[in-house]
Amino acid sequence: MKFRIDVSLKPGVLDVQGKAVEGALHGLGFSDAQNVRIGRFVTLEVAGDDPTHAEAQVKDMCEKLLANPVIESYQITPL
Amino acid sequence: MKSAVIVFPGSNCDRDAAWALEMITGQKPDMVWYGDSDFKTKPDMIVVPGGFSYGDYLRSGAMASNAPIMKAVKSLAEQGRPVIGICNGFQILTECGLLPGALLRNRDQLFICDDTELVVENANTPFTRGYDKGQRLTVPIAHHDGNYFADAETLDRLEGEGQVAFRYVNNPNGSARDIAGVTNAKGNVLGLMPHPERASDPKLGNTDGAGVFKSLLMEMA
Repeated sequence: MKFRIDVSLKPGVLDVQGKAVEGALHGLGFSDAQNVRIGRFVTLEVAGDDPTHAEAQVKDMCEKLLANPVIESYQITPL
Repeated sequence: MKSAVIVFPGSNCDRDAAWALEMITGQKPDMVWYGDSDFKTKPDMIVVPGGFSYGDYLRSGAMASNAPIMKAVKSLAEQGRPVIGICNGFQILTECGLLPGALLRNRDQLFICDDTELVVENANTPFTRGYDKGQRLTVPIAHHDGNYFADAETLDRLEGEGQVAFRYVNNPNGSARDIAGVTNAKGNVLGLMPHPERASDPKLGNTDGAGVFKSLLMEMA
């Protein structure tokens, strides 16, 4: 089973990369660009054919390694 | 005092830390490989050194915080043995939950390698007793992810409980409330972004950092 995990900084946590990119976009004339946030995505496969079990495992992976719950939130999408 | 320095793939301040520890404690520290599951001899104190463990992949310190040796580090920390995480070591200790908060990318996106001025905020910890409260120190920093973050409630608690050990005089990286070093609630785990081991040998012209290790030595005596 294949999953995509999107990890991003929580709202309220300063995203310095997003801010720098927003400034660059404004510099290019995209003055309407706002709230640029940069995150990362991970795709992975979980062996087996029990979707509930697989998704629970992915959630555990996010909590333990793929995201840092102190500063990041994540979204799991089965593919 | 028997000390141990953890060595991860990508650590690059492990030998600096060992040098400072040997010079100050008079005993060579054990260099302990990240893949070991336990210490051969239980150390009196542990340094989790700076560097770029696992190439800073995923997040600085994230992979190292799950390395086999970290279970043994956590268990000794919970028993009250002093543990210092310096720079990447600080990132590792926040990632593994021994210290509150997290280290974000520097405010100005730049890697900063410079001397910084610190002020000792709490001189009543095992790592700072050799200093006076309010004492100013010059200690080098070298990091890209040193912007200390914790939510407001946690920051209030850290300040209220005296867990802020060091602050920057001129905040170089955007750290919340100018925090350069924090301890856990019990006070036996310290994380700090500046490198005291790089300011310990008189030959380098600055020994302002030596007090961190000397304080521990006083503590053990």
